[in-house]
Amino acid sequence: MAEALLSLRINGESVHAAAPAHWTLLEVLRYRLDLIGSKQGCDKGDCGACTVQVDGEPVLACLTLACAAAGREVRTVEGLGWSPEASNGCHPLQDAFDRWDAAQCGFCTPGILMSAEALLRKVGRVVTRDEVREALAGNLCRCTGYTKIIDAVVDASEMLAAPRDET
Amino acid sequence: MLRLPQFGVALPSNVDAVVALLRDNPGARIVAGGTDILPNLKHRLDEPGMLISLAQVSELRSIAKLAHEGREVVEIGAGNTLTRVSEDPLVRELFPSLATAAGLVASPLIRNMGTLGGNVNLDTRCRYVNQTKFWREALGGGCLKSEGNVCFVVPGGRNCVAAMSSDCVPVLISLGAEIVLAGPEGQRVVPAAKYFKADGLRHTVRDDAELTTKLRVPVPTTPRRSAYAKWTVRKSIDFPLVSVALRFDLKSDSVDAPVTELVVVAGVLGAKPRVIAKLDDVIGKPLSDPALSRIVCAAVGKQCKPLENVPYEAPYRRRMFEVFTRRAIAELVAAG
Ligand SMILES: Cc1cc2nc3c(=O)[nH]c(=O)nc-3n(C[C@H](O)[C@H](O)[C@H](O)COP(=O)(O)OP(=O)(O)OC[C@H]3O[C@@H](n4cnc5c(N)ncnc54)[C@H](O)[C@@H]3O)c2cc1C
Ligand code: SF4
Ligand code: FES
Ligand code: FES
Repeated sequence: MAEALLSLRINGESVHAAAPAHWTLLEVLRYRLDLIGSKQGCDKGDCGACTVQVDGEPVLACLTLACAAAGREVRTVEGLGWSPEASNGCHPLQDAFDRWDAAQCGFCTPGILMSAEALLRKVGRVVTRDEVREALAGNLCRCTGYTKIIDAVVDASEMLAAPRDET
Repeated sequence: MLRLPQFGVALPSNVDAVVALLRDNPGARIVAGGTDILPNLKHRLDEPGMLISLAQVSELRSIAKLAHEGREVVEIGAGNTLTRVSEDPLVRELFPSLATAAGLVASPLIRNMGTLGGNVNLDTRCRYVNQTKFWREALGGGCLKSEGNVCFVVPGGRNCVAAMSSDCVPVLISLGAEIVLAGPEGQRVVPAAKYFKADGLRHTVRDDAELTTKLRVPVPTTPRRSAYAKWTVRKSIDFPLVSVALRFDLKSDSVDAPVTELVVVAGVLGAKPRVIAKLDDVIGKPLSDPALSRIVCAAVGKQCKPLENVPYEAPYRRRMFEVFTRRAIAELVAAG
């Protein structure tokens, strides 16, 4: 199987990897770069577990050809922890998911975080529950029933708008 | 894990290069957003040696209003994402039903990837074919559209009736849009209403060496009300089970004004969208006239004959085509 050299930008760093031309971005992330935060669920667009951001927009890594992502800015859940909004290696969304118990098995969580982060950045203010529902409409969760996920995303948007003292 | 078959990928940067690659590589397939073709390849419905990616063809991504052959049109590049089409101010103002349809496709994630050109060229779908190869083998070896030579939807049928399942296509037909293609012989323009054929294996008139470059949609010249109705079980992710686009041109800007022209188009039947015929009795009636809704719904119920190519019983879907048409008209009237 002929491998091609890929030059990608991932979480702000230039990365090079050799991979077959027909591999998806998800396969390159997980099986060449060991970035296993992005999950391989359905592998065909139904579940959103593989959600990453390309040039700031949340997309499905399982349906993105790795070579088509060359030259674009890819962001995975591993990069959330060192974003400017993060403190102690934790993005406010990750912190809120922890405080609200918004993850149970956690398989959907990386994808949900990437969709939610794009929403908070796009809206730039405290989000409504309906905005969260719409933004997460491509991310399935089989455990939580979504309520706590929505609670956590709204909470994180409040924290970003006016950080409160949690001590 | 669903692996893709092995293929090479070409990343041309303009339309001419795409046309040259298509000409020189018979059997190569175009990939735009990849949200239709990649799942289909993962399911081994084709094994092309090469994919030609439109990811770097930025000339396919404009949206502009311009004069064309003495009328005003909006040209929407085939490479625009569905998110962009649904949010674009020009599209929302002039073609609200198109913005609605684009915004109802799949999920926000898929709309960030999927393009209008891919939506127009979306392959037909069937519950017996959009499955893994393993699943199809368990059926006894696939159907006309995959590995086999039978049809499970129409036993004994020799013609595949897989469903045209695009949300935007019925709307584009209702708006009188034209599809602009580029190929080895230059440019070709096909009305959206003539683009589709009743053959699930090859349901468009596009030649293998052609690509869709843009959609040309005429700007309304009269006041208009238009709508797109879609029914799915979940409110997100799912393909339509009922899909109806409606357009009413009016004598003046009021739902009580007489209808001067109307087009009603249904999808998710067979491979070809159905333009509802025999609606002449409606011309001249006010949009708000309950008789108008009755005539249109009766025609839809009579002429739409769903098949069991997608989930849900055909007789139920047939009723739902009527119900969703009625609700769409009622909403237009209520909105004034
Ligand atoms: C979970 C899921 C749910 C979905 N739900 C819906 C839905 O509700 N409604 C709906 O309409 N669709 C749905 N889709 C299908 C798909 O996402 C959309 O139709 C999308 O618009 C396809 O665009 P694309 O750019 O991703 O196409 P691609 O997959 O890149 O291409 C689709 C087909 O069109 C051809 N093609 C692409 N661009 C061109 C071009 N410019 N010229 C000529 N041929 C071209 C390709 O060769 C291929 O055959 C869904 C898909 C998934 C995975
Ligand atoms: S309509 Fe018949 S031939 Fe076509 S995909 Fe479905 S089962 Fe196969
Ligand atoms: S793994 Fe990509 S959508 Fe399910
Ligand atoms: S926490 Fe288990 S799938 Fe969401």
